[in-house]
Amino acid sequence: MSDQTTNPIAFVAEGTIPPSPPPANEVGVVKWLRENLFSGVTNTILTVLSLVLIYILLKNTLPWILNGVWNANSLAECREILDGKTGACFAVLTERWPQLIYGFKYPADAYWRPNLAFVLMLVALAPVLFFDLPRKMLLFTAVYPFVAFWLIWGGTILVPLVALVGFIAAGAVFQKLGNNSFAAGFFGAIVTALVIWNVGGALIPESASENAWLTAVPSRDLGGFMLNMMLGVTCVSLSVPLGIALALGRQSNMPLIKWVCVIFIEFIRGVPLITLLFVASVMLAYFFPPDSTVDLFLRVVIMITMFSAAYIAEVIRGGLAALPRGQYEAADSLGLDYPQAMRLIILPQALKISIPGIVNVAVGLFKDTTLVSVISMFDLVGMIRGPILASTEWNGVYWELLGFAALLFFVVCYGISQYSQWLERRLATDHR
Amino acid sequence: MSTMTDPPKADFRLSMLINDTRYRSLTFQVIAAIVIALSIWYLGNNLIQNLRAAGLNISYSFLGDSSGYDINQRLIEYDSQSSHGRAAVVGILNTLLVAFLACITATVFGVIAGVLRLSNNWLVSKLMAVYVEIFRNIPVLIWIIIIFTIMTAVLPAPRAFRGDAATSSMLFDAFAFTNRGVYIPRPEFANGLFGATILNWLLVIVVLIGSWFASHEIEKRATLKQEETGERPKTFLVKLAVWLVPFALLMLIMGLTWDIPALKGFNFSGGIKVGGPLIALWFALSIYTGAFIAENVRAGIQAINKGQTEAAAALGLRPGRIMNLVVLPQALRVIIPPLISQYLNITKNSSLAIAVGYADITATLGGITLNQTGRAIECVLLLMLFYLTASLLISMAMNIYNASVKLKER
Repeated sequence: MSDQTTNPIAFVAEGTIPPSPPPANEVGVVKWLRENLFSGVTNTILTVLSLVLIYILLKNTLPWILNGVWNANSLAECREILDGKTGACFAVLTERWPQLIYGFKYPADAYWRPNLAFVLMLVALAPVLFFDLPRKMLLFTAVYPFVAFWLIWGGTILVPLVALVGFIAAGAVFQKLGNNSFAAGFFGAIVTALVIWNVGGALIPESASENAWLTAVPSRDLGGFMLNMMLGVTCVSLSVPLGIALALGRQSNMPLIKWVCVIFIEFIRGVPLITLLFVASVMLAYFFPPDSTVDLFLRVVIMITMFSAAYIAEVIRGGLAALPRGQYEAADSLGLDYPQAMRLIILPQALKISIPGIVNVAVGLFKDTTLVSVISMFDLVGMIRGPILASTEWNGVYWELLGFAALLFFVVCYGISQYSQWLERRLATDHR
Repeated sequence: MSTMTDPPKADFRLSMLINDTRYRSLTFQVIAAIVIALSIWYLGNNLIQNLRAAGLNISYSFLGDSSGYDINQRLIEYDSQSSHGRAAVVGILNTLLVAFLACITATVFGVIAGVLRLSNNWLVSKLMAVYVEIFRNIPVLIWIIIIFTIMTAVLPAPRAFRGDAATSSMLFDAFAFTNRGVYIPRPEFANGLFGATILNWLLVIVVLIGSWFASHEIEKRATLKQEETGERPKTFLVKLAVWLVPFALLMLIMGLTWDIPALKGFNFSGGIKVGGPLIALWFALSIYTGAFIAENVRAGIQAINKGQTEAAAALGLRPGRIMNLVVLPQALRVIIPPLISQYLNITKNSSLAIAVGYADITATLGGITLNQTGRAIECVLLLMLFYLTASLLISMAMNIYNASVKLKER
């Protein structure tokens, strides 16, 4: 102590010393690399292995893709242009593009029709997918199935028109009767629709198809990726309501309804889709009236819809089970009857919980539409394995075609799953 | 409740059937029963009329008829003189074979990818994410076709192995990868203890199961000892011996030799031939389902609260024991149910064998037999029955497991 007071002070700091910069290996890229790639012996080995793997992959695929030939009329011509170098023959995609997308029988002068239907589909889906858009757009969504049917199949406009009128009348009847009793409205609507369809169907003249604005295209001429899209969109949109009905039926306390639903769901979930497609192609025809011909597309749609409805029902059952018991009791204590309680309280919440699961089923279903190639329908995979690879010009162009198919499915499926994640974040109303 | 008086029964009105909750469910069920009965009658009636028009009847006697087609990949004796029923059995065994193999490899791929996706290593976790996304978003049928194409169009023909200027050579001089299939060495017993080969293999399996029980017992003893004294005896070497010694002895006694495939004439002979379709199906199902299992494993591990790991560390457990005793038992409860439903998916997806010509039940009974006999209804029904039985057995196993690991509360 005394030392300090007697001696003159040698040094006094006059300000704070500025912090020295962190060591070079603790900042920026170097730090990130050290922490994320080279933090230990095992990590370093893994990093090196991954780099080697990536290098091998790129070394083998990049020249092949970059050297690709886009203009040629056959594999032989492709090889001539490449002249011994490695390179892909993407010319098959440009040359066979219409076949890959529309199938090989769809009339070439009518390609604009499925194209227009596809663009309109995006418009119709927009208000369903993004609910910030004006609700009035849903009107177009409701009309869209009939427009799309008319565009793709062509023929007389009267058929979709009668179907549409049937639905509108059924809706009106439901509005009128459904206020008093859901059951009355429901059955009244069904009866109305059936009456209008039968009467209207009888009124359409036989010759209507012949001088129609759009030439009729039979179902067996549909093919390519268009067929996958059509099956996917139709079956998913049909199977959601059916799935909801099955899920509610399974929860019902009426033993008969419950057991019918349980048996249906468990049976469908227990067999592979292929067997159901076999049913569609060889067995279902036996169950229709003897002189009727129901085309393969419709039979396949029926079976795939049943298939995905069973899976969606299980997803929704999970959503229903996740709701606290209090929600059901609250609905009862408000004096709501069963349809009201379901529509206003239970289903909105249960469906919100089930959205990720439903989207998963939808993605799986879209991928499974490729299975129709097994029952000799010419979807994208069927076109590739059948007419294109079997042709003399393109015999042996495997990777370009299969890679293209894989890419198409990847883009669509990855897009849907990204949308579902966005929707989940969007719908999250709990505070985190 | 008991104080409420019952409403007088006399004034029952017809409208009560629909408006009174006591009768309404009964009304609905009666209506439903009528609708169901009517539709069954309608469909059955159509079926009978259609069958009569086509001159068919429902009969399963075709199963006893000679099939007249050959099956390459088979586990039991079968030739074109055998019956359709036997062809179906060959198909069932093939389905079970590929499903069993794919379940094992898919689990391996899935667990590795799922664990690596949680790795601290940025590159590795991103690489695994890419694997999962690519394989989950592309149809399994396309994967099966891609791998089948590799098996048939990229691998060399057997003649590429011949001569001094051979362009291909066998791996380790024992494995040959050709476009006709993969040839691997076949283990054989020179002086087996039983006449039939299958009994010898059964003996091997029995010995392995015995080793498993023994090593289990050693673990249990070690745990007991640890509870008494606090010291855990080292068991690794003992367990290794218990596994290896009896197995090696048995192999020595039975005289294990390897039948190595060799090029004879235009093709390989000897060894086991694993057909291209089997490998394509097996591998495609494994990597495709592996991507799904990877997500389940990741979700399962992430579902375990970090507090569990920290609590275990606070108790003084080492990282390996934390994993074995705290994290895994809890994570498995989350992982196993979806894992088993993935096994179910593998079994069902193995029906895609028909796309590459692997003779599973769908390709034999639902493919060739159906086309040859024209017995569509019978074949499809039998096919469904098989898959339904398999699915129900697997989900029964799952339910039993779920019940046994359920959180026991209160």
